[in-house]
Amino acid sequence: MNPREITMPSSDSLILDAVRIALDGRSLLALDLAVAPGEIVTVMGPSGVGKSTLLDYVAGFLPTAFSASGAVRLGELELTALPAEARHVGLLFQDPLLFPHLSVAGNLAFGMRAGGNRRERRRRIDAALDEVGLGGYAERDPATLSGGQKARVALLRVLLSRPRAMLLDEPFSKLDATRRDELRRLVFAQVRERRLPTLMVTHDAADAQAAGGRVIELDLPSDAG
Amino acid sequence: MSASLHVALVRLAAWLAIILLGVPVAAGLAGVIAPAFGWLPALGGHEPTLEHWQALTRRPGLAGMVALSYASGLASAALALAIVALFIGVFLHSRWFGAVQRLLSPLLAVPHAAAAIGLAFLLSPSGLVSRWLSPWASGWQFPPNYLFPGDPYGLALILGLTLKEVPFLLLMSLAALPQCRARERMRVARALGYRPLAGFLKAVMPGLYPLLRLPLYAVIAFASSTVDVALILGPSTPPPLAVAVMRWLNDPDLAMRFMASAGALLQFAVTLTALASWWLLERLVARALRDWPGDGRRRFGERVGALLGGGAIGLVVVLVLASLAGLILWSLAAYWPFPEAWPQPLTPRNWLRGAGGFVDPLAQAALIGGVATLIALVLVTGALEAETFRHRPPRAGVQWLLYLPLLVPSVAFLFGLVLMQTQAGLTPGLAAVIGGHAIFVLPYVFLSLAESYRRLDPRWTQLARSLGASPAGVFWRVRLPLLTTPLLTAAAVGFAVSIGQYLPTLLLGAGRISTITTEAVTLASGGDRRLTAVYALLQLLLPALGFALALGLPRLLLRRRAGLLSRP
Repeated sequence: MNPREITMPSSDSLILDAVRIALDGRSLLALDLAVAPGEIVTVMGPSGVGKSTLLDYVAGFLPTAFSASGAVRLGELELTALPAEARHVGLLFQDPLLFPHLSVAGNLAFGMRAGGNRRERRRRIDAALDEVGLGGYAERDPATLSGGQKARVALLRVLLSRPRAMLLDEPFSKLDATRRDELRRLVFAQVRERRLPTLMVTHDAADAQAAGGRVIELDLPSDAG
Repeated sequence: MSASLHVALVRLAAWLAIILLGVPVAAGLAGVIAPAFGWLPALGGHEPTLEHWQALTRRPGLAGMVALSYASGLASAALALAIVALFIGVFLHSRWFGAVQRLLSPLLAVPHAAAAIGLAFLLSPSGLVSRWLSPWASGWQFPPNYLFPGDPYGLALILGLTLKEVPFLLLMSLAALPQCRARERMRVARALGYRPLAGFLKAVMPGLYPLLRLPLYAVIAFASSTVDVALILGPSTPPPLAVAVMRWLNDPDLAMRFMASAGALLQFAVTLTALASWWLLERLVARALRDWPGDGRRRFGERVGALLGGGAIGLVVVLVLASLAGLILWSLAAYWPFPEAWPQPLTPRNWLRGAGGFVDPLAQAALIGGVATLIALVLVTGALEAETFRHRPPRAGVQWLLYLPLLVPSVAFLFGLVLMQTQAGLTPGLAAVIGGHAIFVLPYVFLSLAESYRRLDPRWTQLARSLGASPAGVFWRVRLPLLTTPLLTAAAVGFAVSIGQYLPTLLLGAGRISTITTEAVTLASGGDRRLTAVYALLQLLLPALGFALALGLPRLLLRRRAGLLSRP
């Protein structure tokens, strides 16, 4: 097994060290930040300010049109030069993006690390589904789930991959008010229980309030008019 | 124009498109069935008999012909799919992707015959590669003694077909990638720790493959029944079945046409069998890999895959560019003895010598291509406009109908049409050839235009209607102008497809109509490499001109309407 794949319970901070992102030579955002294990930091700001670009940068998906300086670290581990797949940073998107070619169990198995025989993997999947109130949904087609159920499966898929930090990209914005509340509680409880340093991007002040952590307001650069 | 007239005309165009796609294929197939069983009064066949099938089975080497067609169809499709899948999997997120895409896209416009001629000149014993290696590396003072093109296993044929299928499948994949949300899928997979190739194969390919299924079937059908590529690159004794059928039906002995009909039906069966085999293979692979995406392994031969995918696509690009270079050199060569890598002196003599002969076939090809493209463009636009009347997505049947002329071996149904012509006493000629070309041009024009047409923001229409425009007004004054660039691109694609057609010209024109392509294929089987190279290059010239116009005209005419240029 690749030594990088063996993960201890997370106790590292997510550190953004003098990060500057520019587009076509125009500075877009600048940030210096350390997110402690289990802490949820909210990033807010108007559209176009580069909130999603920040998450792209941390996750390793920054489009080539952008240029960035600074560094991202997980504790002592430098992430900046690593490809997205080697960073072990879990991403929860606006859309659940469940694979339509796989069942609910298949989607979760996709997220799970390799190892263990089929029966054992399946047992862990069933246990995880039970935990979020989706017991018995393993063989369902993801297309038949409600929005809230899909979001919960997407969350489980990320958690089963045992990430060492979490990025939340407006993960509740497409849910109705009740579901949003439920899912928010679930996600926050899970990342705190696993002591994952978490960065959340959102438009919704209620998200920030519920997270209860620091809030960072990004502003449009003054020369952008 | 009144609203009802507009609707009626659009509906008419849609129906004509369906008729053009469906009727000739069905009628053509029916047209070979009767003669295969002995009935063709025009040639003296009045009663049903199996004697022509018996004659067919007695032909020496028949099993070899069938095996060649079947194997080259499946092998080239499998190779092309593997190359394209590896390439996309490994390079989707690298900057190489765009570069290779830009290099390969124009290759789609290269006529099959020209590509095959270029490859033959490149790899034959006295070809460019062997010259470049001789004598310093190989020690050859004379052309070595190996059989290429025309090796008995059809390897040259498979290689040539693969080279043409890779750009086609790649372009079809590029159109399909956004449809299956490939980028999002890939992001999820990579955020979960999947390396690029494993992520692509486990998370994207299951969504991409269904969209590639019909193009793949078209590739298999074409490869298993090709005539022009097989004439240039395939073995000759025995040849692939389609080539043998062509020979029989061109036999001066008209009675041979009965056996040729049986052969055409056999070709249909061989192609169907190849398609069925692929379908079966699909099921088996899908079943065997059912649990594979969920096994949690994050890597799948990433390094080997990168090497293979990059190497194979690089080889395709190099082979094609070198073929082109070889054609240019041969067309300018005077005296070029074997191990010399460079012809000396370079001369325009071959071009001047050919000028007397190639002007007419060029003009003929341009005329046929122009008219066939115009017909296809009108019908396709009508069919797509008709889709906007109904506010629901088109049925799956439309897609199959579109691919019908690409799935039924053309040698089978075109020959049936010829026999019906004979039976009806019609003289073959230009009109029949243009109609035949339009059958093959229409699917490609449709595939090229459909995405842009369907994706056009519906708010343009709503806006125009709310400003008082009639449906016809919206069509002529809003939708068509907005689609200028895609319309021109679709026309260029259609024109290129027409220029590349060999069989419809030959069969429906009864050999009396020659285009640059039929001439090039005929020349390729002779010994005059220099003149063949001239013709192959000219064959490239027409589609290249078409694309240059399609890309250049909007830039020229619309330079003060920049918003129309950036539109996809």
